[in-house]
Amino acid sequence: MARINLDVNGKVHTIDADPDMPLLYALRNDLGLNNPHFGCGLAQCGACTVHLDGQPIRSCVTPVSAVGGAKVVTLAGLGTPEKPHPLQKAYVEEQVPQCGYCINGWIMTAASLLSRNKKPTDAEIKDALTGLKCRCGTHMGIMRAVKRASEMMG
Amino acid sequence: MTKHEKAPQFSRRSILKAGGALVVSVGTPVGFDTVLGIGEAFAQGAKPPLTPDQLSSYIAVNANGTISAFFGKMDMGQGVFVAIGQMVAEELDVPFKAVTVIMGDTATSVNQGGASGSTGIQMGGKQMRVAAAEARRVLVEMAAAKLSIPADQLTVTNGVVHGKSDPSKNATYAELIGGRYFNVQLDWNKQMGNPLYAPGKAQPKNPKDHKIVGQPIPREDIAPKVYAQEDFCTDVKVPDMVHGRMIRPAIAGAVPVKVDESSIKDIPGAQVVWEKGFLGVVADKEWDAIKASQALKVEWSDVKAPFPDQTALYDHIRKAPVRKREIGGKEAGNVDEAFKTAARVIEHEYEWPFQSHACMGPACALVEIKNGNVTCWTGSQKPHFVRNGIAATIGVPVENVRSIWVVGPGSYGRSDADDAAMDAAVLAKAVGKPVRVQYTRDQATGWDPKGPASVHRARAAIDAAGNVVAYEFHSKGFSRIDVNTTGGKPEDTLAGHFRGIELKSGDNFGVPAESYEFVNKRMSWETIPPLLDRASPLRGAHLRDPVGPQIHFASESFMDELAAMLNVDPVEFRLRHVKDPRDIAVLKAAAEKAGWQTRPSPRKDQTGSKVSGRGIAYSQRNGTRCAIVAEVDIDRTTGRIWGRKFTVAHDCGQVINPDGLKHTIEGNIVQGLSRTLWEEVKFDAKNVTSVDWMTYPILDIMETPQTIEVVIINRPEVAPTGAGEPSMRPLSAAIANAIFDATGVRIRRVPFSPDRVKQALS
Repeated sequence: MARINLDVNGKVHTIDADPDMPLLYALRNDLGLNNPHFGCGLAQCGACTVHLDGQPIRSCVTPVSAVGGAKVVTLAGLGTPEKPHPLQKAYVEEQVPQCGYCINGWIMTAASLLSRNKKPTDAEIKDALTGLKCRCGTHMGIMRAVKRASEMMG
Repeated sequence: MTKHEKAPQFSRRSILKAGGALVVSVGTPVGFDTVLGIGEAFAQGAKPPLTPDQLSSYIAVNANGTISAFFGKMDMGQGVFVAIGQMVAEELDVPFKAVTVIMGDTATSVNQGGASGSTGIQMGGKQMRVAAAEARRVLVEMAAAKLSIPADQLTVTNGVVHGKSDPSKNATYAELIGGRYFNVQLDWNKQMGNPLYAPGKAQPKNPKDHKIVGQPIPREDIAPKVYAQEDFCTDVKVPDMVHGRMIRPAIAGAVPVKVDESSIKDIPGAQVVWEKGFLGVVADKEWDAIKASQALKVEWSDVKAPFPDQTALYDHIRKAPVRKREIGGKEAGNVDEAFKTAARVIEHEYEWPFQSHACMGPACALVEIKNGNVTCWTGSQKPHFVRNGIAATIGVPVENVRSIWVVGPGSYGRSDADDAAMDAAVLAKAVGKPVRVQYTRDQATGWDPKGPASVHRARAAIDAAGNVVAYEFHSKGFSRIDVNTTGGKPEDTLAGHFRGIELKSGDNFGVPAESYEFVNKRMSWETIPPLLDRASPLRGAHLRDPVGPQIHFASESFMDELAAMLNVDPVEFRLRHVKDPRDIAVLKAAAEKAGWQTRPSPRKDQTGSKVSGRGIAYSQRNGTRCAIVAEVDIDRTTGRIWGRKFTVAHDCGQVINPDGLKHTIEGNIVQGLSRTLWEEVKFDAKNVTSVDWMTYPILDIMETPQTIEVVIINRPEVAPTGAGEPSMRPLSAAIANAIFDATGVRIRRVPFSPDRVKQALS
């Protein structure tokens, strides 16, 4: 066990944890942030995606000790109903999810794309999102929402 | 306010509060004179029993005049609860926003069958509609007594009953019954689950008067998910909860013979639960439970590897003993005789693999046992049956069990969710603490109940003039109910099997649902025994549109083969033989919207490695009709298929919410495309080897169709039927037919993975 500091959604937390424990469990169980989900534990689906210094990473395979001083942002930290991220707003307006368990992967990864490319083409969106999984088959809605968010960002 | 709410507490009183139904609670003094004043027959303070024949089991008017609708089915993310809210609001003449749908909780709703067979609106909504209509009738009668105006001279506007001629004479729903329960008997048909029906005396509205039904009202559960404010079943926590993980054998059928508990003694709180084949661990912390499940040393029984070589799967099905044979419907004419005198016979076989639910997240459940009362939080789409299953599995009276559905990581039928609930119950009973169990990815994909593999044979007799004079369609496959469609009995769950109960495999398959009229026609099916008699990772079960995609892939591919052989355009061929007017309408609508060019398939004007084609297929499903035109691009060099455009014509009778319907159809098409192009459960002699997203690939975002065009044929006068599954049904055949159109090559085995397509084209 080790004492580990985590900067999550703008707040620093200290936890006692096995250094090898993936970040996902620290976020979900130690910090009570439910939004990153366990999907595979293999970095194959994206349900656990969070930002580490703005980059989307799979928290299910990232040891909590490897986070260091990097700033972690989860879906809850991306925006709120009062101050939504354009992708969150677009997701609601396009009524994208079916079950919604996959949301973290798509929104956090697309947010990273839009932060460096505000006007991606369809091909660029797909390139950025490839590998993420949605079992309900909401792919059409995801594409619409990313494009809508892109338009909102002017 | 979210439109569906879940109750976190156990007592009925707190449920009603939490559920938004501020109904006068049990034990609270009721102004009895008031009750008598407005008609004791209708309202009371103590809640009548939660039985299907009580109006209060479906509808409550809260103190503030809002409505709680208690729904014994639930929504799996397709917006069914919005549609239910619309139907209830419509009949009660209240604004849509006034209705809260509370669903999937055995303490607040009767068993309407859970999410099942696309019947959320078709059967569940039908019941909620008549219950709401009856509630309105009763409220108007109560108002009549209060206002001394005959009921037929009253009407309702926004929850206010008022005189038709003098609106100043009025009584609100809240004044009439707000905060008290209906005490009204319904005419229950004594059925539970999907067929439950309990109308009152009232007739629902004429569809031409509908104002809320038919509107594209958005889902309100999306924002809480997108802003990370909503709990999934994986997120529920209770005090003193510990984490559980299950351990499955490497060779299916093996059981632990020696478990070395000392191998996990250094892990805090780690504890083994072992009973016959059932093996799990718990620990205080989730990561510790995971480590314990990996570290535990287990010696397994030496068993013979149970499965055939996968390359011989379809031969196994062909040769396997038939357990049950059934003719679907009635044979028309004399099929055998017609084949004897045919000028030509065309016959083909089609094959469909085992497929996995492969839900986005592995199933999760939490079970708490407190003072003899059991509460289960589950993602199962059938929580009322989970309640029965838990009672039987851990030996407690069913009335002591409460099962609460909380949205899970996807649900498309009899998934791993029911198994997880039973495992959590066994673990919780064994360790005396609330246990949350979540499966691992390999358990989710490897050990979920599977959509069954099958072989289909279709043949047709053609006379000398080129007319189809006989048609025969036959399926042979594993049963769709090796385990039943609910977790209601121990024999249907892994916890039961691992604890020694044998699989009691039932027999069911199906036949094509269409209206092709041939003078001689016979459709039949046969089921074969499962590969393993208990705890099998290849047990057959319901996976979204159980056996529908299999059967219609074969039957609608074959219709295309017939059309091609007779050199007839595929739409034209169908229109010659399909007899149902609504079937004809969807075929025409899809073809017209897609800009279908009339000509026989295949097209012969393409050279080079990149070719494209179009195909059509259609089917019925429990009253719904759907026709799909698929337009696909094929790279002959790589074998890759792109489902570029789909035009879907859909008729499910009255449309309650066109926006929800459109999204539901899109999901069907994309998931169906995934199953068609990629999905096949792989296995070796020992076990399933499809255990993650690499070994069980699904459709990637790169392969998203360019366009899904939906043509909704709304028939307000026809009672609504289902939409959750029908558009998945004909999809695979539409794609296969488009591949044939493009290439002249017929692929008769799903999935159309690049290797298989390349091989077929070479």
